Amino acid sequence: METIPLNSPDKDFIREVQERSGQNVQSCYQCGNCTAGCPYNFAYDVSVSRIMRLVQLGQREAVLKSHSIWLCATCQSCTTRCPNSIEVAKIMDVLRHMAREAGYATERNVKAFGDAFLESVEKHGRVYELGVTASYVKKTGRFWTDVDLAPAMLPKNKLSIKPHEIRGKEHVAEIFKRYRERDAAKENR
Amino acid sequence: MSISVGYYPGCSGSGTSVEYDKSTRAVCKKLGIELTEIDDWSCCGSTPAHTVDHTLSAALSARNLVLAAKQGQEEVVTPCPSCLANLRTASHKIEDEAYRPKVEALLDDSCESAATVASTLQLIVEKVGLDAIKKAVVKPLKDLNVACYYGCIMNRPPELMQFDDPENPMAMDKIMEACGATVLPFPLKVECCGAAAGMPKKEIVTELSGRLLNVADSLNTEIIVTACPLCQMNLDLRQGQVNRANGTGYDIPVVYFTQLLGLALGLSADEVGLSKLVVDPTPRLRFAGVL
Repeated sequence: METIPLNSPDKDFIREVQERSGQNVQSCYQCGNCTAGCPYNFAYDVSVSRIMRLVQLGQREAVLKSHSIWLCATCQSCTTRCPNSIEVAKIMDVLRHMAREAGYATERNVKAFGDAFLESVEKHGRVYELGVTASYVKKTGRFWTDVDLAPAMLPKNKLSIKPHEIRGKEHVAEIFKRYRERDAAKENR
Repeated sequence: MSISVGYYPGCSGSGTSVEYDKSTRAVCKKLGIELTEIDDWSCCGSTPAHTVDHTLSAALSARNLVLAAKQGQEEVVTPCPSCLANLRTASHKIEDEAYRPKVEALLDDSCESAATVASTLQLIVEKVGLDAIKKAVVKPLKDLNVACYYGCIMNRPPELMQFDDPENPMAMDKIMEACGATVLPFPLKVECCGAAAGMPKKEIVTELSGRLLNVADSLNTEIIVTACPLCQMNLDLRQGQVNRANGTGYDIPVVYFTQLLGLALGLSADEVGLSKLVVDPTPRLRFAGVL
């Protein structure tokens, strides 16, 4: 059985999660309500209530290397049902941000899909669905992704062959640019 | 009665959920709601943006609320719960004077003046009202057993969404009842369908959407009624994948509430985009005398 060392909590990790999420993780008393209602629990390697406990114990690596934080869909069951009003889904989001920054992506396909999506927004201002699919396949090499949907999808003629460009696409691209510059400045501090 | 609001269709409205956009516009017109599309709106960032950075997400969404305000719209509605959640989260962040400068720094624009946002579902229920809908029905949906499925974020978290009940929402149930349908007590109203996992992690969608279809089937649901483009796509377009993964053989139509409401108000099958659905609802609708 895996053991968790309690004598060396990473206090910076606890503080950072609290600051970035605006949530008091110490108010979690492990009732398990979040896990009981979590639709993704069947697919998680670490249940959400255990993630909360590991954060309380300052277990940076165990948390940021978990698969669960990438599988969470922000369905808000946990946040809605927490008796201590902790925004648990927001904490899961912040943990994903920190995992990205640390260079961890235990669910590479999930990350690839999100990246492909945002690249499409940055380029066109709106999401170009076929473009996202193509970019995702290119990133992951999963050529057969959803090919079985084609017979049902294509006759419906829903997917535009061309992206929907907007006049303000440069403005949207600049939002991304300034975001990256802000992050780079943060790291150099 | 005349209601006039800004309209944010969301990206899927011109792709995978064209029929939601089409039926939303048609129903609103029929109910006397004037929708003015925000000129040059952009993507809200959807789930991928907030999983990368909260300020980036807020800036992508806020661009639209600021644009709407500049175009004279104080209130914006959107049919998509994911857009709604992002736009409302952005609203909260720019109302917070300590947070607003962070968003403005990425946007390179002031967020002092920004539109508020609600769902088209909320607008229809609260501003038009059930009595007015009842009076406007020309083709009652009698003999039709429907289950209303809201998805996970239309009403949650309640502090953010401020609409309906987070565990047992009733807005769509009441609209469908006003249209004359028999609304089944669907216990998985707010359970997640698997969301955007369809492409990167299909087994999550086949499991979670499978549960929804199992329960809908056990209630003898004839049509599942949705309000979310992603829920609808997972349950309808991916129903074949769910069947193959789970060894089931469902063919339960999954429609947008605006499509059934539109039919009840006398719109044609074409006006509500019925032919865009994968599982064909027309046999059941014909049988029930709606078509």
